[in-house]
Formats: sequence, structure tokens, C-alpha cells
Amino acid sequence: MATTYTHPSSTWRKNLPRFWQYFILSVCVVLIVVPLVILIFGSLKTRGEMYSRPYTLPIPPRWENYGKILGMASFWTMLRNSFLVMLGATSGVVLICSLAAFVFARTDFRGKGLAFNLLTVGIMFPINVAILPVYLVLRQMGLINNLWGIILVQVAFQLSGNILILRGFFAAVPVELQDAAYIDGCTAFDFFWRILLPLARPALSAVAALTMVVSWNDLLVPLVVIDKDVLWTLPLGTMQFQGQYGMDLNLVAAFVTLSAVPAVLFYIFAERQIVSGLTAGALKG
Amino acid sequence: MQTTLAGHSALGAQPQTRSRRHALDNLTIALFLAPALVVFLTFVIYPIVRSVYYSLFNWKGFGPAVDFVGLHNYVGILSDEVFLKAAGNGFLIVALSLTLQLPLSLALALMVGRDLPGRAFFRTIFFMPYVISEVITAITWLGLYNPDPDRGFINALLVLIPGVKAVSWLGNTSTVMACLFVVLTWKYFGLHMLLYLAGLQNIPAEIEEAARIDGANRRQLLTYITLPLLGGTIRTTVYLSVVGSLQQFILVWIMTKGGPVNASEMMATYMYRFAFVRFSLGYGCAVALVMFLICLAFSLVYQRLARQPDYLGAI
Repeated sequence: MATTYTHPSSTWRKNLPRFWQYFILSVCVVLIVVPLVILIFGSLKTRGEMYSRPYTLPIPPRWENYGKILGMASFWTMLRNSFLVMLGATSGVVLICSLAAFVFARTDFRGKGLAFNLLTVGIMFPINVAILPVYLVLRQMGLINNLWGIILVQVAFQLSGNILILRGFFAAVPVELQDAAYIDGCTAFDFFWRILLPLARPALSAVAALTMVVSWNDLLVPLVVIDKDVLWTLPLGTMQFQGQYGMDLNLVAAFVTLSAVPAVLFYIFAERQIVSGLTAGALKG
Repeated sequence: MQTTLAGHSALGAQPQTRSRRHALDNLTIALFLAPALVVFLTFVIYPIVRSVYYSLFNWKGFGPAVDFVGLHNYVGILSDEVFLKAAGNGFLIVALSLTLQLPLSLALALMVGRDLPGRAFFRTIFFMPYVISEVITAITWLGLYNPDPDRGFINALLVLIPGVKAVSWLGNTSTVMACLFVVLTWKYFGLHMLLYLAGLQNIPAEIEEAARIDGANRRQLLTYITLPLLGGTIRTTVYLSVVGSLQQFILVWIMTKGGPVNASEMMATYMYRFAFVRFSLGYGCAVALVMFLICLAFSLVYQRLARQPDYLGAI
């Protein structure tokens, strides 16, 4: 990471305990990785091999399992639905939260405290608690079987935490910059749009990355909002596929592996943003 | 990276007095706040308020709610053994998380520390399960726990020991909660560890240096310097862990549906069953509100109790 400290006086403890440190950490790595490895092995076997030698290396690898999944039109539909929802939720969260956070960080008005407390009370209860009330309102509004229903709910339940993160970041931008911008004739919106947002790019990408992960993995909201299979998102489809093809464990494994690929790839590329979003959010709350 | 962000956030909203002089006009403020307020009020606050009303009715979800039953649903919930079991399971997960999962995460974070070579690798691996969806986690672990040793890896390892028979891990009322807790730990310890690592990163090395020069040994260093300075992070993880444990749903629903015989029922699975399987929506709303009140009560009490001096703020 950014800073590494060396403790000159701690060399005495560096040799023997280091071995145990690595030993314990490696055991944990194995415990984390083994379930995933078994899953991937399974996805590369035929149904027969799954029974006869379930835990060995998949030799030869049966890539046709993946071919079967990728050849299903429904897989691509789910991928597209998940992608649309993620895109909608993420742009919604970034846009709405940065507007609100700007107001809370940079202005003063009557009722500010009230509005702030109202909008951030959401960090106290997660969507799991409110899913039934939310479902009833969506039904009333005719947003059942509509991807917008998922997007709006995901945005609503991501607002509180992300407003907190962004407000902290915006508040740290020097006031002098704002003074200078106003003297140069910027309007409030100009300042927000041309100066604050570009400066806050790391915070915005942290918020975006975090929202993308949450939205992509969300099962609960699609589960209650969607029952038409053409609108299934990937997690919902994964659950249904497991129910439907429970006997073909190799195909289930291939499906699950494929549906994990986007998240894992994204994690590898955006680890820094995800991590900084999480830590900023948590240390704030 | 996370240090910068956290550092910035810690500064909070101090420059308000100065920005007053170029305050936005009220119309702009209203326009900027409107989207957040509209979405939040419509999809978070309004549903909850609305469900207070529904929770007073015996309502199957068709047509308007007319069969007013007062607090009868709440009485029903609090006297239903299954709900009490679900609440008890929630608190069991809370207790296990606080006594096992968090200390484990903390120990691993201290081990990785600030300067262990390979730190980034361990962090990446340990945090990976958090990024993998709950559905995938649940399906993967369903396979591992399979009672047939030819299909479930855990039992395959178990039967290697002579004289030991395969166990129906998830089908047994006495093992099911422990098994679910293992999965929860697998998925979530990385998050807590990550937060501890960020917290460690924020502790200035000079302080530990000074303590060491003063002759503190490793244990003293840990109990008097590192842990107190991690206090804020620990409080955060405790909070996240409690709220997260109380409202577990997806993993439990996919893996056990709350069974066998309600042994792994959680409040959220109980609510889901009444609302979306049996369509007792009035009753379901009441359950949601009970859960909501438990979370809210905990949040308020915890925030009041756990507010402690911010050691690092004073430096």
C-alpha cells in the first residue's frame, strides 16, 4: 500500500514468528480457495466424472459445459439484465449522492440538519428488513416485473452511506478553491460540475465500484420484483438454474463459475476503488 | 488509498461558516436535494410508514386491507415459538460473530499488519469471498456440505478417518447453525479484516516506536497501543457484524430454507415465508417492523454507548 513502515527494532521477531505467520495465513488461503477450486474442477467434468471421481483434477477439461451455458440465450439475457440494472443503479447513486453531498458539504440552510439526518438514517437498516414494505409500494406503483423497480430500490438503499462518503470528501476540498471559482464568475453549478466533481474522481469511482458490486450481487430485490424469466438478473437466474438442473451438478458448477467471472474480474481490476469505498464508508459510519 | 479517503472524511464539515457567504440560493439547494429526497422518501421511508398501517390488518394482499385486527399480529409474532427461535438464532449468530469471527479477522489483520511481504496478496484472497455473490456462495457450500461423500467434499474428507461416518451437516438440527456460521465467516471475515487493516494503516508508526523505546513488549504494545487506537474500527465492525447477522437472509434461504424443522430459521426467512410464500402480508409487515425496531434500537443504544474518545483525533 501507499505507506510501508519498517521497524528497525523489530528484526529480532522477524525470523521465527514470520514462519508461523505465513503458515497460518497460508492455511487460511487454502480454506478460502478450496471451495472455489472444487467448484471450478466440477465445472470442467462430465456428469459421470462428477460421480466417479468428484475431487480430482479435471483431466481432460470438458470445456463443453461452458459451451452449453454460453450457448443458452437465457444466459445472455440475464447478463444483459444484470448489466442494465447495475448501470442504472450506479449512475443513479453517483449522480444523486454527489448532488446531495455537495449541498451538505458546502452550503448552509434552514433544515439542513433535519434533511441530513433523514437521508442518512438509512445506514441503520438494510434492505433485508424493509423488503416486504418496499415490495408493497412497488406493486402499488406498477413497478413489478420492471427493471426500473430494481434500480430505484437499489439506489434508494445505497443513498445514505454514499452521501456520507462523498460529503466527507467534498468537505475536504479547500474553501479557497471555491472562493477563487466564484471570483472568476462560476455559478454554484459550474463549481460543482467543473471543479468539485473532477477533483473528487477517486471518491466517485470508489462509490461507483462499491455500488456496482452491491447491485451486481443483489438477489433479494430481483427475487421479489421479477417473476418473468426474460427479466431475471444473473443471481436470480443462477438460483433458478440450480433449482432446475440440480441433477447436472457439472452444469450447475459451470453456470455458477461463469456467473462469478464478471464479479471476480471486476474485483481484480477495481480492488483499490472497492476497498477505499468500503473503508471510507465504514470508518465514517 | 483508503487512508487518504478516511482522512478526508475525518475532517468532516468544518468549512460551513466560510461558505455561508457564497451560499447557494434556496432554489438551487432544493433542486440538488430533490432527487435524493424523492427517491429516499418514496422507496425507504414511505414503505416503512405504510407497512405500519398494514401490520394492523389481517391482509392477504388482495384488495384493500379491511380486516382490522389491531396489535393482534404483533401478539402473534411475539408468542410464536418459531419467531422466538428465529430471533434466538439471530442472536446466536451475533454472539458467534463477536466471539469468533471478529477476533479471527483481527488476529489475521494484525498478522498481515502493515509491512508483511505479500500483504497485498493475502488481502486480495481474503477479501475475494465478499465480492462473490451470496447465491454463488450458497450453491458452492451446498455442494461442500452434501451428505453423500461422493458429492460433498467435507464428508469425503471426514470418511477418510477410520470409523467416522458421513454427517448430514445441513439436515441435522444440531449442526445446521454451526455450518451456516462457517459459511458466513468464510464470506464476511475478509470485510472485517480489511477494515482492521485500514485502521492499522491509520495508526502512526511513531507511536508504536515510542512505546517500544520506552520498553513495551509485544503484548503491552498490543493491549496498550494498537488495540485502543483501533477502537473506532472495532466499534464499526461490531456494529456491522450485529446488524448484518440479525438480518441474514439469502444464504440461509438458499441453503436450508430455515430448516430442518425451523432449526436455522432467521427473522428474515420467517418474514419472507409469511409474506411471499403464505401471503400473510399484514402479518409479514408486522414481522418486518419488529425486525426494524430491533435493528433501530440496537443502533441507537450502540451509538450512545459506544461513543468513546477518538484517540487519533487528538494527535
